[in-house]
Amino acid sequence: MLKGFRSHDLCVLLQPRAMNVDLEMDATLQVDISDALSERDKVKFTVHTKSTLPNFKQNEFSVVRQHEEFIWLHDSFIENEDYAGYIIPPAPPRPDFDASREKLQKLGEGEGSMTKEEFTKMKQELEAEYLAIFKKTVAMHEVFLCRVAAHPVLRKDLNFHVFLEYNQDLSVRGKNKKEKLEDFFKNVVKSADGVLVAGVKDVDDFFEHEKTFLLEYHNRVKDASAKCDRMIRSHKNAADDMNRIASSLYTLGTQDSMDLCKFFLKVSELFDKTRKVEARVAADEDLKLADLLKYYLRESQAAKDLLYRRSRALVDYENANKGLDKARAKNRDVLQAETSQQLCCHKFEKISESAKQELIDFKTRRVAAFRKNLVELAELELKHAKGNLQLLQSCVGVLNSNT
Amino acid sequence: PKQDSLMDDDPEDLFAGATEEVSLDSPERDVLLSDGPSPAITPITPPTSVIAPRIGHAHDDMFTHSSFDEIEEEEGGDSFDVHISVSDPEKVGDGMNAYMAYKVSTKTSLSVFKQRDFSVKRRFSDFLGLHSKLASKYLHIGYIVPPAPEKSIVGMTKVKVGKEDQSSNEFVEKRRSALERYLMRTVKHPILLKDPDVLQFLENSELPRAVNTQALSSAGILRMVNKAADAVNKMTIKMNESDAWFEEKQQHFENLDVQLRKLHASVESLVCHRKELSVNTAQFAKSAAMLGNSEDHTALSRALSQLAEVEEKIDQLHQDQANADFYLFSELLGDYVRLITAGGSGDLELYFYFIFFRIRGVFDHRIKTWQKWQDSQVLLLKKREAEAKLQFTNKPDKLQQAKDEIKELEGKVQQGERDFEQISKIIRKEVGRFEKERVKDFKTIIVKYLESLVQTQQQLIKYWEAFLPEAKAIS
Repeated sequence: MLKGFRSHDLCVLLQPRAMNVDLEMDATLQVDISDALSERDKVKFTVHTKSTLPNFKQNEFSVVRQHEEFIWLHDSFIENEDYAGYIIPPAPPRPDFDASREKLQKLGEGEGSMTKEEFTKMKQELEAEYLAIFKKTVAMHEVFLCRVAAHPVLRKDLNFHVFLEYNQDLSVRGKNKKEKLEDFFKNVVKSADGVLVAGVKDVDDFFEHEKTFLLEYHNRVKDASAKCDRMIRSHKNAADDMNRIASSLYTLGTQDSMDLCKFFLKVSELFDKTRKVEARVAADEDLKLADLLKYYLRESQAAKDLLYRRSRALVDYENANKGLDKARAKNRDVLQAETSQQLCCHKFEKISESAKQELIDFKTRRVAAFRKNLVELAELELKHAKGNLQLLQSCVGVLNSNT
Repeated sequence: PKQDSLMDDDPEDLFAGATEEVSLDSPERDVLLSDGPSPAITPITPPTSVIAPRIGHAHDDMFTHSSFDEIEEEEGGDSFDVHISVSDPEKVGDGMNAYMAYKVSTKTSLSVFKQRDFSVKRRFSDFLGLHSKLASKYLHIGYIVPPAPEKSIVGMTKVKVGKEDQSSNEFVEKRRSALERYLMRTVKHPILLKDPDVLQFLENSELPRAVNTQALSSAGILRMVNKAADAVNKMTIKMNESDAWFEEKQQHFENLDVQLRKLHASVESLVCHRKELSVNTAQFAKSAAMLGNSEDHTALSRALSQLAEVEEKIDQLHQDQANADFYLFSELLGDYVRLITAGGSGDLELYFYFIFFRIRGVFDHRIKTWQKWQDSQVLLLKKREAEAKLQFTNKPDKLQQAKDEIKELEGKVQQGERDFEQISKIIRKEVGRFEKERVKDFKTIIVKYLESLVQTQQQLIKYWEAFLPEAKAIS
């Protein structure tokens, strides 16, 4: 059980255009995840809302939600035509404790092959890892809700309010096979569409630039995210090795000749401490760098989706134009064609207008998030390196004075 | 047909077939169970080689009390001042006959050397030859002779065939480093330092090519030891103080072996992961650079490029650290694991086997000769009684012969006892010296290793301190 956990680090990933203004009657809406419980195969999030909006029955209330319900909410945004012109906040990734559970299991199996101290140490390590993953998933879910709550239009969404307030199970069982297959084909069509549409050069320079930029950026963020993960994993592996080295040195220290005993024990202590620092470095890199990249991978995808939707609207508009010309030429169903063309035009212009603003906001958010995280990354790396240095120097000093 | 041995020959051992058979009649065996005093060992060095007499006395005297004590005193007076480096590996020749020649440079102020600063060219088989000679001369007397670096058929073949790639370069570097450590360990031994073969190795510009470098391989020693063990086990041996001390030392080294292996494995794993980290960091750096290129906010783009540069420098740092992990920490442990390891090619365990049975052999030989003497005394008495009856129908020659034989026997027994004490003394000293050196080795090298870690952190701090303002400059 996690009480009062806040996702400070990830909150900056969202940067509301305006702070708390923008709603009618200057009402406020604050959402957070105040508690979370990890059960065998699911996580239960306690979504806590504070709001002065009139449509809520109370000013402050909480409900319990599971991951599927977040996905339902996200999908409802995607499927809503009215939101075609917005960057839909990316859905939080599914809580995944498989790797961590597997490691804990392996540890249990290998209990016989290590000393009691080693076992306890590794168990603590893995439990800490489990906890870290848990905290992360809570943060990801919270960020999603905060993004929605910060968005001037999405925050008014009815489904969102139901999600926040309805204290019964939303009964949004996960999609069954048929629906999943439908989704799959939809995505295939969309990307094929996207490829087709992406080939058409845009009249508007702004969007043409954005398209080129986003396509390249997204791919590079993907690559950077993957490589960052690999780098951090190696770091963790090295820290694990140091743990084992510390244990071995400790055993040697209790067994060996008098002269070396104290020496080994001191070095063992050093490795133990320095390993903890290394593990923290890896964890901080994970939080500041890896998570940042992962998040912007998802956001840049959402931005790309927006562009595709706009392109599709453009295609529809152009088709409607052609349809109108044809109708005028044949002098048949002209009114119908005109209405259709006007609708498409209106839709396209509406999307374009909001998309422009969304993309500008996206850039602002992105730059701010990177700045904050890179600065914090550098500060943490410095802090840890200095800490490590002090540990090492003091140990070397002691060892040298003893010989 | 090969004599059976407990240990299979090293599969990589090129000379497996050509190993000098250690037969029952071999000189080594005689040395173990000889009747006489500790024999002067005929050096394997061929007579044609030039050996300028270094010390005032010949070989034999080295093993008597007096010169041993003398050497002890010399030890105290002369501060250890020999530094050897192995460098400049150079490929000589082509194809399968090619070999690597290493420059062996010595810097010293000790009087036992002809010069203060000199170097020679040696190849790997020269090192093996040196070790072989030293082992055959000193092991059975009770001195711990440092083991030579291992052969590697695969590694050498790559080098011979001419593959100038990273793995063969690493192999040569590993070998160079191991050869250097081997020579330093050898000269640190006060007795070995003054051995003519060692001096010749370091000083002579030409060395006769060592052929039978397997003459006294570990496998050979083990075979020899087992033959001796079989013979000695046939008698019931009384436990005495020496045996208890040996058993305790043996146990100590066995425990040490287990722990060192574990530690060695963990350090090897660390080396591996650090190398991985270096590679992954380099890849991430490239990726971050690409990301920086596509970022259209100028200041952020610049900061990302800087991040990429920092990561690139850090990757090099990891690489260097991995090398330090390896060459300092891992190789140190590897050397000692090889020295101590049970059942493998380790020498220390075999050394103990060897000496243990040597001592037992001498001890039991003492019992044997004593018994023999007792028996001849009884025989003499009987003879005397018999002859008393036939007074003066005597055979004075026979009587005198008996008396002479007895006197000789008494002498042998006394010598045997002296040998026994001598070898015990040497062994205790050797083990003490070995442990002392091990302690020093571990301490020195581990501290050096920690200092390398210090440097790494200092560099890291520099890099991140340079990056921080860049990150803050994003607006």
